[in-house]
Amino acid sequence: MIAYLARRLGQAVLILFGVSVITFALLYLLPADPVRQIAGRSATPETVANIRRELGLDQPFLVQYGRYLAGLLQGDLGRSYLQRSEVSELIAARLPASLLLMAGAIACELVFGLTMGLIAAVKRGSALDQGLMVASFVGVSAPQFVVGLLLLYVFAVRLGWFPIGGYGSWRHLVLPSVTLGILGAGWYARMMRSSMLDVLRQDYVRTARAKGLSRAVVLLRHALPNAILPVIAMVGIDIGLFMSGIVVVESVFGWPGIGQLAWQAIQRVDIPIIMGVTLVSACAIVLGNLLADTLAPFIDPRIKLQ
Amino acid sequence: MKTWLKTSAAASAIGLGLLTAPAFAQSADSGADSGADGGAKDGGSIVITYKDDVATLDPAIGYDWQNWSMIKSLFDGMMGYEPGTTTLRPDLAESYDISEDGKTFTFHLRSGVKFHNGREMTADDVKYSLDRVTNPKTQSPGAGFFGSISGYDEVAAGKAETLSGVSVVDPHTVRIELSRPDATFLHVMALNFASVVPKEAVEQYGADFGKHPVGTGAFKLAEWTLGQRLVFEKNKDYWRKGVPHLDQITFEVGQEPIVALLRLQRGEVDVPGDGIPPAKFLEVMNNPETKAQVVEGGQLHTGYITMNVTMKPFDKKAVRQAVNMAINKERIVKIINNRAVPANQPLPPSMPGYDKAYKGYAYDPQKAKAMLAEAGFPNGFETELYAMNTDPNPRIAQAIQQDLAAIGIRAELKALAQANVIEAGGQKDQAPMIWSGGMAWIADFPDPSNFYGPILGCAGATEGGWNWSWYCNEALDKEAAEADSIVDPAKADERSRMWSDVYGKIMEDAPWAPVFNEQRFTMKSKRMGGDDSLYVDPVAIPVNYDYVYVTDVQ
Repeated sequence: MIAYLARRLGQAVLILFGVSVITFALLYLLPADPVRQIAGRSATPETVANIRRELGLDQPFLVQYGRYLAGLLQGDLGRSYLQRSEVSELIAARLPASLLLMAGAIACELVFGLTMGLIAAVKRGSALDQGLMVASFVGVSAPQFVVGLLLLYVFAVRLGWFPIGGYGSWRHLVLPSVTLGILGAGWYARMMRSSMLDVLRQDYVRTARAKGLSRAVVLLRHALPNAILPVIAMVGIDIGLFMSGIVVVESVFGWPGIGQLAWQAIQRVDIPIIMGVTLVSACAIVLGNLLADTLAPFIDPRIKLQ
Repeated sequence: MKTWLKTSAAASAIGLGLLTAPAFAQSADSGADSGADGGAKDGGSIVITYKDDVATLDPAIGYDWQNWSMIKSLFDGMMGYEPGTTTLRPDLAESYDISEDGKTFTFHLRSGVKFHNGREMTADDVKYSLDRVTNPKTQSPGAGFFGSISGYDEVAAGKAETLSGVSVVDPHTVRIELSRPDATFLHVMALNFASVVPKEAVEQYGADFGKHPVGTGAFKLAEWTLGQRLVFEKNKDYWRKGVPHLDQITFEVGQEPIVALLRLQRGEVDVPGDGIPPAKFLEVMNNPETKAQVVEGGQLHTGYITMNVTMKPFDKKAVRQAVNMAINKERIVKIINNRAVPANQPLPPSMPGYDKAYKGYAYDPQKAKAMLAEAGFPNGFETELYAMNTDPNPRIAQAIQQDLAAIGIRAELKALAQANVIEAGGQKDQAPMIWSGGMAWIADFPDPSNFYGPILGCAGATEGGWNWSWYCNEALDKEAAEADSIVDPAKADERSRMWSDVYGKIMEDAPWAPVFNEQRFTMKSKRMGGDDSLYVDPVAIPVNYDYVYVTDVQ
């Protein structure tokens, strides 16, 4: 177990290193000059050259990357070009909002997904089953900005049940969580359905029924716990989905998380922020996967860590 | 500048004759507020929204339209503008003298002006601030504006720590020597970059000064929650009596313009800082109730098509002139719902030097086609048109593309992110044509020279420059320099005429096809008070925070 974790953590470091090299290289090759974004229109060529020199952007790629990596190893993510604040401070200020949103999305996808999957499995082959599966398909394929705007329009603007974007109370959290969770809910509905059908075919379920237990008790006591575990173990993997989703969802709802930060930074070529958010997201994805894999044997003893 | 000015008593006379006349009563008392509005109410707070985070509030560095007006309310400089106008007035300076040769400016400071930290502002702070903004370590985008101050070159090169041209005569007098006469110098001293900052606060906060701004302005920063909101609080010790009217301004960031508009209609927002979203513009203007909340004004902006004079076939003057005749500007203005007026020259109409008599190139595709044929392109040619990829620019670029096709020019459209277009324009042989929308020139200060150097002069025609047509006419550069050496306000008209002449000659060479001058539309909640000009203030976008007020306070 410990050897396994050590090996996985070693791999994680390698992955993060790779992500940092690739992202840094892509941003370096980008045909857009961050210095000109900072300097603006009226800057004289000497001012532009001066800013470039002060930021070290006149150095060759390897020197620039070396400096970045050296800072990174000391926990220094650098300073934003335009906001002039420490990137770590900017991310730290926004991370709680993103984590809250993710928690909301996880709750939402599990509640919707598992319920839909359960019902579909029980009513297998019925019109309800088919309807739910179509709905899950729509959930998986609908673009998040469309879903977000639609929900915003219907539930916030028309019905007035929720605030129109922003951050603060649980009511602010609902619509963005649903938007972010809907994709996962679709997946979970399908997984839950097949997992449940799998379990329902097992001998012990038939035995339970045969010994006279009611259908509801069999479903909820015997089948559900076994069907649900492998599905929940997937949550760790969802973090990757969320990390790409929050960029869109946070922008639509004005949610002050790191996705919004990344989106603004990309538009303004604010490289230290783009790097910082990318690395933090990569960390979250790696950890999420690690968590899912490590927990798997506890949930399903057939799986062994190697 | 029309008169040779000595004291602030005559400040209101520095009129540059721009825009509409200020809608305010002008008071001549030194230190009193010449923008005062008798009906203004004090107190209350307002909410302003923005989509993007606010960048730094360090006046030496902040240089986007969003933090520009915020910095204006936190800091002051020697010079400022009458609210809602482009008329210069002394600000932290009580008065100033200009020497006969136009090379020495002496500013006499107000006494009793305090920074937000309670310390009194003195001439040493003015000198420190100018040394700081020009020091390469500060990385100020605006350092170059101070290029006419003696000793600038040494400081910019890192050879000196202080500008030899700036001297403290006594605690309330600063003398600035220029290496050449500079007619725009008073405007330069009104830029945010020339704001006075207290040395101890800059040193205390270091690189974080932009997050902990300390100035002499009408408001001070009370709270900044990253990614969520900033709160400005009234500076009760503000040296200018009677302002600001508001007790508090909350800036909420991360709000999409469309969301901000909905919240405005619900009364949760007072001014959507990003304006009316283009997709909602007609809806807002067609509804009498919402239309009444909109204030329209001009701005110092021109949208233009650049033609790279170093690339074939735009090296031929006739081809560039033909393009000028091919563009149906009326139609393009209609495409953007009349949010602009057609332009025929580089300067916007509210700028001194704008030539009202100039007719420009009339829309005439037949003649344009004939000219192309004469220039050796009877079947037209193929080229590329770069444009920014956010609405409405691709639609405008498509209209331009159709107009060009009508005279046989087949232009391939390259719609790219802003930074990429700017990059392409700054390379000599990259972009034959660029539609400037979204990146167009908006003047830093209301003076015709500001539309020349970086975008039409030889200085800007360099790698990484903003002169995307790469037009460089040394004779015009000389004439421009000559015009800018006329400092005597009595000769302001002569200077204006010289500038008109420069722009007239540019249009003869036609490196640009000017398309339109954008209008500004600011929306406000029904409880906002103050003259309309405060809501389309040419130097404070979206509104002049110091002077607006709310009507629902006691």
